Amino acid sequence: MPKIKLHTKSPHIDMTPMVDLFSVVLTFLMLTTTMRQPEPAPIDTPFSVSDKTAPDANIMTLLLSEDNRVFYNIDNGSDTSFHFKGKILTEMGTRYNITFTPEEVKQFEAYPSSFGMPIQNMKSFLNTKDAKEREALQVKGIPIDSTDNQLALWVLVTRLVNPKVQACIKGDNDAPYPLVKKVLDIMQDKKVNRFNLITNLEATKVMLTEE
Amino acid sequence: MGEIIQEEKQKGGKRRPKKHSTHIDMTPMVDLMCLLITFFMLTTAFSKSKVMEIILPEKIDDPNIERPVIQDSRTINVILGPENKIFWYPGRVKDSNNPPALKETDYSAEGIRVLLLERNKLLSKKVISFKEQMVKENPTMSRDSLLANIKRFKKADDSGPIVLIKAYKESRYANIVDIIDEMDICSVVRYAIVDINYVEEKMVQTAMAGSTTTPK
Repeated sequence: MPKIKLHTKSPHIDMTPMVDLFSVVLTFLMLTTTMRQPEPAPIDTPFSVSDKTAPDANIMTLLLSEDNRVFYNIDNGSDTSFHFKGKILTEMGTRYNITFTPEEVKQFEAYPSSFGMPIQNMKSFLNTKDAKEREALQVKGIPIDSTDNQLALWVLVTRLVNPKVQACIKGDNDAPYPLVKKVLDIMQDKKVNRFNLITNLEATKVMLTEE
Repeated sequence: MGEIIQEEKQKGGKRRPKKHSTHIDMTPMVDLMCLLITFFMLTTAFSKSKVMEIILPEKIDDPNIERPVIQDSRTINVILGPENKIFWYPGRVKDSNNPPALKETDYSAEGIRVLLLERNKLLSKKVISFKEQMVKENPTMSRDSLLANIKRFKKADDSGPIVLIKAYKESRYANIVDIIDEMDICSVVRYAIVDINYVEEKMVQTAMAGSTTTPK
């Protein structure tokens, strides 16, 4: 009886299919990814059954945090040729007698997240790179009291520069109602009556009782 | 990598043509890819955030413009109280010294939803049965035309409740979103966010004082 020769196999595993698969997944993720922007304050959005997706361009977002702060963000989408953000900042500057250098304007255009500080602090905010310092400048949020209502001016200037802008409100679950009311009032004074409240999707079933 | 080093060593010595496997060790590559995939997966915001659209009535500055009058019998006042409580009463306060009793409820499916569905039975039944019928008979119908049809139902409706949403100062943002959401679920057409008045604030305070004494 002939001996059966056992082929001694090397313990190598062929990883080519694995690599193939990985590269496909990686390419997919890289192409579809939209980076999550870190928010200056933790925002826990409430749930709703609405399944309308948020607009992704020409929006101004108001962040209402739990500790009574208001943050503001302007997002003009991928279309950066208009330089809306820069124009808005320069316009805001002229109203408060602050001149922003082209570098600062550029910084502002590139800043992807929401900001919340009095316009007087904007210069030092744009010139610092340190995240801690930036956080320290944002402890107060945007002033919304009637003596110095900077939020109203931001909204006004944004709408002057970009008339197509839509308002989004991203509030924390625990944001107090008086703050919400105040912000809505400010917006309505500036003739913004249509709001998109950013929520998480939640499935609900309606049960109708039969009699 | 091991193989490559081995190859160089042999070049100096005897030149013996040796069959080398063409395999490249891919483990480091796989490692790197794993890391990248994990990174992208964690940073990607897959689902775009959803929005709930609300349109608030324009502020009327001109005193000459007549404000709409609403029937008391159709009105429900929903007051968003503190601690996720809802108080409601029908109609309006006729005598501020003797206000109507507030009924307490909550945001759960057995709470305010039952009340709203009861009041809005005609319309919500219509909407739900229409939706079901469309699912059965015409599943290819586009979402937009479905919504347009439902909108037509809503417009024609004139028996549903008029809900006045009033938020007490201690309520939270989530409460507002929840209640507007409930309106959407129960297909209530007419609702408005109204300022709470002094009498109602007092009513909430007495109701809260009453409810804190009862054990939870």
